[in-house]
Amino acid sequence: MGWISPFKLNQLGMLNMNRRNVDYISRYNSRMSYPLVDNKLKTKLVVAEYDVRTPRLLQVVRQQHEISRFRQMAEDLEGFAIKPAKGSGGKGITVITGRDGDEYVKASGARVSVAYLERHLSNILAGLYSLAGTPDVAIVENLVESIPELARYSFQGVPDIRIVIFQGYPVMAMLRLATTASDGKANLHQGAVGVGLNIANGRSLNAVQFNRPITLHPDTGLALDNIAIDGWQEMLVMASRCYEATGLGYMGVDLVVDVNEGPLLLELNARPGLAIQMANGRGLLPRLRQIEALRKPHFTPEDRAAFAMETFTAKI
Amino acid sequence: MTSRSRLPFYFAILLLIAAGISIAVWRHVELGIPWFTGEQKPVWMVEARIDFTGTGDPVLASMNIPDQPPGFRIISEQAASPGYGFSIVEDSGERRAEWSKRDINGPQTLYFKVQLVPDERVRTGNPRRRPKPEAVFWEEPQATAVEELLQQAAARSSTPESMTRELIKLLQPDSSAQNTTLLVSNDNYIDLLNRMLNHAGIPARIADGLALEDARRRQQLRPFLQIYDGSSWLTFDPRTAEQGLPENVLLWRQAATSLLDLVGGDDSEVSFSMLRQTVPALQLAQSQSAENGLGFLSLYQLPIEEQGMFRMLLLLPLGALVVAFMRIVVGIKTSGTFMPILIAVAFVQTTLIPGLIAFLSVVAIGLLMRGYLSSLNLLLVSRISALIILVIFITAGLSIVGYQMGFNTGMTVTFFPMVIIAWTIERMSILWEEEGGREVFVQGAGSLFVAVCAFLLMSAPLAEHLTFNFPELHLVVLGLILLMGQYTGYKLSELRRFHPMKAYD
Repeated sequence: MGWISPFKLNQLGMLNMNRRNVDYISRYNSRMSYPLVDNKLKTKLVVAEYDVRTPRLLQVVRQQHEISRFRQMAEDLEGFAIKPAKGSGGKGITVITGRDGDEYVKASGARVSVAYLERHLSNILAGLYSLAGTPDVAIVENLVESIPELARYSFQGVPDIRIVIFQGYPVMAMLRLATTASDGKANLHQGAVGVGLNIANGRSLNAVQFNRPITLHPDTGLALDNIAIDGWQEMLVMASRCYEATGLGYMGVDLVVDVNEGPLLLELNARPGLAIQMANGRGLLPRLRQIEALRKPHFTPEDRAAFAMETFTAKI
Repeated sequence: MTSRSRLPFYFAILLLIAAGISIAVWRHVELGIPWFTGEQKPVWMVEARIDFTGTGDPVLASMNIPDQPPGFRIISEQAASPGYGFSIVEDSGERRAEWSKRDINGPQTLYFKVQLVPDERVRTGNPRRRPKPEAVFWEEPQATAVEELLQQAAARSSTPESMTRELIKLLQPDSSAQNTTLLVSNDNYIDLLNRMLNHAGIPARIADGLALEDARRRQQLRPFLQIYDGSSWLTFDPRTAEQGLPENVLLWRQAATSLLDLVGGDDSEVSFSMLRQTVPALQLAQSQSAENGLGFLSLYQLPIEEQGMFRMLLLLPLGALVVAFMRIVVGIKTSGTFMPILIAVAFVQTTLIPGLIAFLSVVAIGLLMRGYLSSLNLLLVSRISALIILVIFITAGLSIVGYQMGFNTGMTVTFFPMVIIAWTIERMSILWEEEGGREVFVQGAGSLFVAVCAFLLMSAPLAEHLTFNFPELHLVVLGLILLMGQYTGYKLSELRRFHPMKAYD
């Protein structure tokens, strides 16, 4: 484990946390829009008006006494996901992929009882996973089933695509693959694999796990160097639409590709991390500055996505 | 892209920092609050002793006492004379101490003590009215001799000062002027000098000085000559013509009045004894602050109990500064922003090692208990509340066990805020479930490390001294913290985190 000089990082145009917070998040994200993004329920309702589809909502648990209703509802469900509306960083998300008699099977393969899920719901309501510890709402969503082309790369867990949107332009993207280390979660700091994606064509560039470059998936052993995402332009446009929906200038859009439904929006993030730069092997700053320097911004999501595909090739 | 100019912001920060520093310097100069702890200042304690014999009549003793002596600042005055009425009377610009008593017989002693601090900046106050030379009448043959001497002196001089110097030289016994011997006898020398100068049109007066030497007793006053040069009184040594007051000479009397007036007593005698003490500069400043106009800016006026509390409170900004620096510039993960500061404050009260042991043991036991609580399927609020009660039990248990075993370490646990400990335990255990033990270790160690750094800064004697005695320095701390809020550079930890990017260079 060595060090890298700040001059070299500047050359690479790496965006660091302090600059991201001061120059981008606090400048381009108005406080008014945060509740939209920090609350998954609100996000779902807002983006629906902009033709951005999300996983089907099964139940919203708002009160402690509604938890009993959850038991009835979950009786005949094979798979679903329980999420805290205000959770961040994938905290408090429990994904159930199947049943084993009375017990539910988590994505990791662990078996849990319905009582465990009820306690989990009650923790969510008490605000255990919410950003400020405020009381929260639990949402139960339809289980997303990823398309097999991508799912085979991911180990227990849905692979998702993180696209950083700056003023409506997609600037950088990566594919996040769950591993055993990440317990089926797609968070890079928990050990998920990040595969940088070329904005121009949706093809993989390089991959990292725990910030170290890798070439093979640690669990599945598959090569990560020629993954291609189908319908790439459509996904960029979809991500770009979230800018109109929320008005956030700097955000992360998490998409999944469902077998039946096509691309779906999982969640929005007003404070996207910096790991995406590691996965892409390049810094965000040059691209952000290029957008900032645009004299005539494009007004439609389609135009913006097209512009990004032309401009942000693997070279920039 | 529209970005607001940061110039006004930086300008405001600069103003803030400059204001903090300049107020501190100003108070240091004006009130003499020392920059460092343990600074000592010399203080002269001068005691005037008046001895006389009572004759059975009512007594009124009135002594001239110092008033703005050049080069000294009076800190305190007191009289010690049991049974006497005492007051300090000021009239027409001179101060006198007056003792009075109805009937007295036999030998009497009165004391008057004054405490002085050497202070270069004190000058003799300018007279409100321009002094005029007194009219002096001479008889022959002195008149002729005086005239001649004054002419000689005037011929060799151009200003009142040089005139005075020349005249003193001429009056020396070894000088070639023949008239000198005619005029000067041993006991009228200074008086003669005074009269001659007044005759020459230069306002002059005789001042009494006291040479200050440590632990001397029975000292007498020495006369000095003062002339008025049109703007202020200048002091001369009447024997050597040296201008200016020698060091460590206190001008006890600077007016043309008597040193002692005594009604109702005989054989009066005034003698002086003196002592050089060193007093902590801070104590001196505190005693000064009450009478100085700047006193309202300091905390010395508060009751002692509040002062002690403020000593603690005013250390908090330093902790905040350390936390801000560690998180923004170094990039150490801590659990929460204020936890390290509060832990550090607790460490200041418990000292480091016992505090660390106590804190770690409470949190460790708490984590174990919380593991049991989480299996009870409680709601979050009740779990936290239960945890607080358990933490109280743990601290009580540790205190009792520690006390029985003869350690005082156990007692120090009580300094930690219960709620903070409970919340820490709760956060840590959630973190454990969510992120695993490694993250708990990283954040816990980070918090403790930052807390220890903050503690080391806070516990430095100089830090406590400066924060309490110069509260305005917190403006500087505030400025630095605001400045750090604008820091967009890389954190130290990011230089490690982004290290793999070397591959793409």
